[in-house]
Amino acid sequence: MSALASPSPAYAFAASPCGGLRTRLNGAAVTLRASGALWLEEQRTLVVADLHLEKGSAYAMRGQMLPPYDTRETLRRLQAEVMATLPDAVVLLGDTFHDRKSEDRLARDDAHTLRSLAGATRLIWVIGNHDADGPRALPGDVADELSVAGLTLRHEPVEGLQIGEVAGHLHPCARVVASRGSVRRRCFVTDGSRMVVPAFGAYAGGLNIRDAAFDGLFSQPPLCGALGADRVHAVGWRSVAGD
Amino acid sequence: MADAAVPPPDLLPEKFAAWFESRGWSARAHQLEMIAKAREGRDALLIAPTGGGKTLAGFLPSLIDLAQQPPSNTPQGIHTLYISPLKALAVDVERNLMAPILQMGLPIVAESRTGDTGQARRARQRVKPPDILLTTPEQLALFCAWEGARLYFENLSCVILDEIHTLHSTKRGDLLALDLARLQQFAPNLRRVGLSATVDDPDVIRRWLAYGKVPDPDPPLLGEGDHEVVDGAAAARGANSPSVGFADSSLSVGASKAIYETVDLVRGPAGAQPIVDMLLSEGRVPWAGHTAKHAMQEVYDTIKQARTALVFVNTRFQAEFAFQELWRLNDDNLPIALHHGSLAAEQRRKVEAAMARGELRAVVCTSTLDLGIDWGDVDLVIQLASPKGASRMVQRIGRANHRLDEPSRALFVPANRFEMLECQAAREAIAENRFDGEPTRIGALDVLAQHVMGCACSEPFDLLALYDEVRSAGPYRDLIWEDFEQVVDFVSTGGYALKTYDRFRRIVVGQDGLWRVRNAETAQRHRLNVGAIVSPAVLTVRIAMGKARRGGRKIGEVEEGMLEMLDPGDTFVFAGQVWALVGVTGTEVLVSPATNRDPKMPSWGGSKFALSTFLAGRVRELMYDQEHWKVLPADVREWLEVQRDHSLIPPADDLLLETFPRGKRHFMVVYPFEGRLAHTTLAMLLTRRLERMGAAPLGFVCNDYAMAIWALKPMDGLDFDELFAQDMLGDDLESWLAESFMMKRAFKGCAIISGLIERRFPGHEKTGRQVTFSTDLIYDVLRRHQPDHLLLRCAREDAATGLIDVARLGLLLERIQGRIRHSPLEHLSPFSVPILLEIGKERSPGQAGEMILAEAEEDLIAEALS
Repeated sequence: MSALASPSPAYAFAASPCGGLRTRLNGAAVTLRASGALWLEEQRTLVVADLHLEKGSAYAMRGQMLPPYDTRETLRRLQAEVMATLPDAVVLLGDTFHDRKSEDRLARDDAHTLRSLAGATRLIWVIGNHDADGPRALPGDVADELSVAGLTLRHEPVEGLQIGEVAGHLHPCARVVASRGSVRRRCFVTDGSRMVVPAFGAYAGGLNIRDAAFDGLFSQPPLCGALGADRVHAVGWRSVAGD
Repeated sequence: MADAAVPPPDLLPEKFAAWFESRGWSARAHQLEMIAKAREGRDALLIAPTGGGKTLAGFLPSLIDLAQQPPSNTPQGIHTLYISPLKALAVDVERNLMAPILQMGLPIVAESRTGDTGQARRARQRVKPPDILLTTPEQLALFCAWEGARLYFENLSCVILDEIHTLHSTKRGDLLALDLARLQQFAPNLRRVGLSATVDDPDVIRRWLAYGKVPDPDPPLLGEGDHEVVDGAAAARGANSPSVGFADSSLSVGASKAIYETVDLVRGPAGAQPIVDMLLSEGRVPWAGHTAKHAMQEVYDTIKQARTALVFVNTRFQAEFAFQELWRLNDDNLPIALHHGSLAAEQRRKVEAAMARGELRAVVCTSTLDLGIDWGDVDLVIQLASPKGASRMVQRIGRANHRLDEPSRALFVPANRFEMLECQAAREAIAENRFDGEPTRIGALDVLAQHVMGCACSEPFDLLALYDEVRSAGPYRDLIWEDFEQVVDFVSTGGYALKTYDRFRRIVVGQDGLWRVRNAETAQRHRLNVGAIVSPAVLTVRIAMGKARRGGRKIGEVEEGMLEMLDPGDTFVFAGQVWALVGVTGTEVLVSPATNRDPKMPSWGGSKFALSTFLAGRVRELMYDQEHWKVLPADVREWLEVQRDHSLIPPADDLLLETFPRGKRHFMVVYPFEGRLAHTTLAMLLTRRLERMGAAPLGFVCNDYAMAIWALKPMDGLDFDELFAQDMLGDDLESWLAESFMMKRAFKGCAIISGLIERRFPGHEKTGRQVTFSTDLIYDVLRRHQPDHLLLRCAREDAATGLIDVARLGLLLERIQGRIRHSPLEHLSPFSVPILLEIGKERSPGQAGEMILAEAEEDLIAEALS
């Protein structure tokens, strides 16, 4: 277990056996998983943000025939995470669907996968800007936001000091620079008090964390957990660059 | 033979004969022969060196025809379409064509149309077509995707394809061949005329150019098991198709032999033999490196003695470097300019204009000036570093002295010892009039997808008629029905096994059984994405202004990848000056002038050529033939002798493999001479094998001539025939390729060309937040869920031919079977020095790195000669 140097003693990253990083967020024990999911250990709750299901077919409607496998790929990854963690609840942190008509375009297999997930665990749909109506036919609870273990789970980060907020929406992504070159990866970003989690969807793009949209969210230079092939890499603010 | 045919004297109308006379010229034999071919209605390929009046020979028949047409008040439509690979060339030819038209007072309108042509002129050309239209393949593709293209071109009588040798073996050539087939449908009597520089095998181009009037029968190319399916599909459409029903495959062989004979070959006069010298520097020829820094003073002195010199280099990096060095020496303030693809277009135009006015003494340039515009004043071509191929070199040499009777002059400046061998081999090949051969190309399916969509945007099509039309295009002559059907399915719904997009079809079948584009908006979007050129993401370089660091004057463009090497504050050379990187905002790179004389140079992607197979073979022959060494300078000869005595020099078809310890490492060095790409692929695959054999490989380095791998364990005892066995190209290649970034890059190119994703146009980028949705995400998903998808197939083929040169590696492995000559050594050999010097060369910024390198170089050389 290697505790990494951090700008504040209030939190530190430690490697977890599954390749994730363990840290404390406003006092709660959380694991940043290599899949991009956040695991709340004591509450046995798995948080995934911005699935953007049926983004492929949204493009196809406009004449761009992207491979129609994004939904099943995203759900395959989610299923794997559920098998690995056996959660009591799965929180879908908003923008689960790419648009308001996405649910109607779901392939039957994919809808079935979602239903069986809801059968195996408690499925909580947090509302996002892309899917403000929430699910129509699919099972699960619907919430605007959620309080768990001193954390507030909501889709879009709220401006100003928000202690204990866990949000998605921004699709954080870091360009990590080292002497051998640079690499762009999805990432968690946190200052120990709040966190933005990466997009989980197969076709979800990324927004560089040096973008102005992240300004003012953190009280000190945040740390990122950049997603590697099978582990999360702790990266300091000075090692990330703009695009 | 072309020369034997004596054309009848009445070929040239009086007006034209008088014009020739007034210029003090007489029409050349090949020009008259081209007129004769036109009279007979024959397709023709004219092969002539630069300066032979080739372009005029192409246009003469059309000018004569148009001059004889009775005046008409109604627009006649386009008579002759001229296609050039370069925009600048189309404009230049327009200018040159105006001279005879104006001087003879011919009632002919000739106009160019390129991406740079203004909206008003474009609109007018559509309503009132000129007699002769000069344009590019991309513009033609756009024309063919127009509604009403058929009407627009129905009176087309002739298509002239210039510099055809640069196009036929590329994706642009595929697209052009398809559009040519389309034009032939619009205007069945259309005559095809190709103009080409001297090539090794003209029949390859004839085959490309020929109209395959007799479509081959559905060839039974599939495995026996698949037969039923194909037959079924074909039979279902058999009723409409004259082409289905032939089953005799011998018929198709006979047909394709006849096909290229429908294009008559016309040869221009052979030009005077060029005089090619090699610079034997006062200084010793360096062991490694590609800059030719050692010879720069001599290059400068040669420029001083010439009227105007073109200094060719192979990469943008070398161009910047040579330009800096020449100006460092330029005490006479000679006007020396720089020209390469990363410079702002405006700046390039300025250099070209100054050149045309005869104001420059030298231009340092890359392949951007390989083609095109006539500059009569150039009397010397200098090739810095190795030419890499005989044909390219002849093309470059042709840029000097556009007059046939006087020989062109060229000077080779080899940058290291292997290049010295290569330059010598190239000189001999040029003297013998031998050129690099090129394999026949099979048309790419992503290009076909774009074309099918373009056809649908233009007018409804019948599936079978289009299949026959496509197969009348050279590169697609052997296209099987199944592939064609798959491409159409791709265009319509993306071609996925999961059929969820049926309701979003881009092209649909109407009640009449014809396919058409779904709606006008879809057609419009397609037209914005036409073309087979895919460039890497390009960023604009601007000078940072004021405190806000806003972008000021634009100085050029760089490829995205280059920036990954630089951090803010780093200095680099660009457009001939040293700059410091200020930062990157969106799609702009901001820089400020730097005073630093020792910049940290970025390594440029630029155009990097692999050594041609043909030239590589000649280098190996030269190396083995000791009698031949006499032509080489003393220090290079000595180097070869020491290599022969300490290690060995194998016969041309064998592969030398050396093993030796050095430091705590064990080295294996091989010398295949197949180019950096093929070597890199070989090294990637060999390290996987060495890993499995327990040799614990640590790293590798490659250049155009050799490849070195180092490992923790000695490799002397390995079974090298097994190590280099051909099955390396099976599973090992597949598993490496799947993960390789080169596949992702190739996939992106195919995705853009095929229309799966849209190009991002300058000025159309999203402003504000840049959410990057990369094709890598699409690639990953597609590879997992449908690994046999059409586009993955295309990407694999592209990667295998272009990016990793598997084809060439395959030939190498075949050649060296049982021919590996192992030379176990106690220490490194003279041949291995250049490649070992490349280790770590990539990353050595600043003075300290140079000193370490210089020191290491001394040690290595002493060791090799001991």
